[in-house]
Formats: sequence, structure tokens, C-alpha cells
Amino acid sequence: MTLDATDRRIVEVTQAGLPLVPAPFAAVAEVLGLTEPEVIDRIAAMKERGVIRRIGGAPNHYKLGMTANGMSVWDVDDGLVDQLGEKIGALPFVTHSYRRPRALPVWPYNLFAMVHGSTRDEVDAKRAEIAAILGDACRGSDILFSTKILKKTGLRLRRKEG
Amino acid sequence: MTQDIDTTDRALLNRLQDDLPLDRRPFAALGQELDLTEVEVLARISRLRDTGYLTRFGPFYDAAALGGAFCLCAMEVPEDRYETVTEQVNAHSEVAHNYARDHRLNMWFVMATESAEGIQATARRIEAETGLQVLLFPKEREFFIGFRVAA
Repeated sequence: MTLDATDRRIVEVTQAGLPLVPAPFAAVAEVLGLTEPEVIDRIAAMKERGVIRRIGGAPNHYKLGMTANGMSVWDVDDGLVDQLGEKIGALPFVTHSYRRPRALPVWPYNLFAMVHGSTRDEVDAKRAEIAAILGDACRGSDILFSTKILKKTGLRLRRKEG
Repeated sequence: MTQDIDTTDRALLNRLQDDLPLDRRPFAALGQELDLTEVEVLARISRLRDTGYLTRFGPFYDAAALGGAFCLCAMEVPEDRYETVTEQVNAHSEVAHNYARDHRLNMWFVMATESAEGIQATARRIEAETGLQVLLFPKEREFFIGFRVAA
């Protein structure tokens, strides 16, 4: 999936955020020397291609009182992990879920599901719900609570040199 | 902790987790849904962003679709070196997020680079600087439904 130079410029000026003005796409257009319809069309095309997932906001879990955020990890039968992963990803309290490689012997887990809640007890109860769905296909699990944010910057597209 | 936002703010926070209409006046369109004026919507989003309830507002780009590479990494860091290693890891601009977690693997971070080779190269550099192993957990498949919390 390639972006042309104009798409990349749109990404560069919007990846930190969209201007909070009545006509944000016109504001982006002005910065880039484009027209408002061009910017809207290009953003629509990037959404179509999956480059942009959505336009919106990311709430801060901590500020909303959801301070117990656990990365639940599961060792699931390789033949069943994709099918079961879809079910786990669909749970309302799971915000991200991925299949990842194991790193044996230290790390036997291949399914990751981020679970958010206001207390560890709440998160543990949700973890039990996941365990019930996985059933016998799961050979082991763990949960890793975050104890501190050490760094948090958005993912940035770096300017191409030259 | 959460007293400084009202029910309208909560409704807005929930609505903003869905897609904004790709309209010339998107905040006016949002306002119609929530029974607010365009000015009120903008003022509330600005305030939620300034007070940290929204970590960001704008397009969410798929890192892989932008042509970059993306990898979750973990390290087992001795407690007495934790602070130093945190500085060494965070000094790399490729490290986007880094969390301390209560496990034998006690440091988990996400790397974002222009290419897959960049992930390997950065991991090797961190290993050389710290003398510690960097385990790589690239995503093989995403079970993506939506990123959503009830505000």
C-alpha cells in the first residue's frame, strides 16, 4: 500500500491531530496549498484503503478511572487460536487482541488481549470470562498489569529525507 | 478524579470513539447528533483534550498501512538497573510507548520504524547498549473490533 507525496504530506500534518476549527479539512488544505475537496477526497480514499482506521478521539483510560489495565496472555492451541481470537476480540471489555509468536521457553503465550477496568478485581473477573470462552483450547495464561507508563508518544511517520 | 466532566462530555467521549463524519463541517454534524451547537462541540473537545481526557483527536493511521513496521518488544530488566535501562530504551525515537509491567518480563514497549529491518536493527542496538535480550512479539493477526471504553 503506497502513499503518494501528497498523501504523505496530509499524514504529516494530521498525525498529531486535526485542527479544532469549524472546517478542519479546509485548514489542512490551506497549510498544504490544496483545496478542501482534494483533502476530503484523499482522506476518504485513505479510509477506503485502510490507511486511516477512523477519525476520532482516544480517551485516556486512567483519567476515566480505569486504572487497572491488564494485558491478558493465553497459550491457545494453534489450530483454534484464530477462531477463538475473533470471539475474544469481540468482547466489549477487550480493546485490542492479537495473535503473536511465542518465545519459548520464557514465553508460551500466543494470544494477547488488553482488558480495561477500574479495579484489579474487575479485570480478574473479565479474565475469567475469557478463560471460560477459551475452555480446553487454553493450556495456560497470565495477566500483566502495567505499573507505570515509561514513555508515550504517538506513532509518527518520519519525514522522508531529500 | 472524574468530577470535572459532565454527562454531555461522557456522551461526546463515547461518540468520538466512532468515526467522525467526513463532512466539511464535521463538528456541526456531531452537534446535530448530540443536540449541541458546533461551537459547543469544539469547545468541549478542546477542553477534553487540554485536560487530558482525550489523548488525541484526529485521524488514526494504521502504522503498517503507512509502510512502516511495528513491533511489541519485551525485556527482563534487573530491578537495580531499571531506571538506567529505561533511559537507554526511551532514548531511541523508534520506541513509541513503553510500560513497566509486573512480570519477569518487566518492560514492554512498542517500536515503530520505516521498515522491518529497522525493528531488528533497533532491537540489536538496545541489546548492545544494555547487554539484555530484547524479545520481539510482532503481531501475526489482529482480532480488531474497535477501540472503545465506556466513558
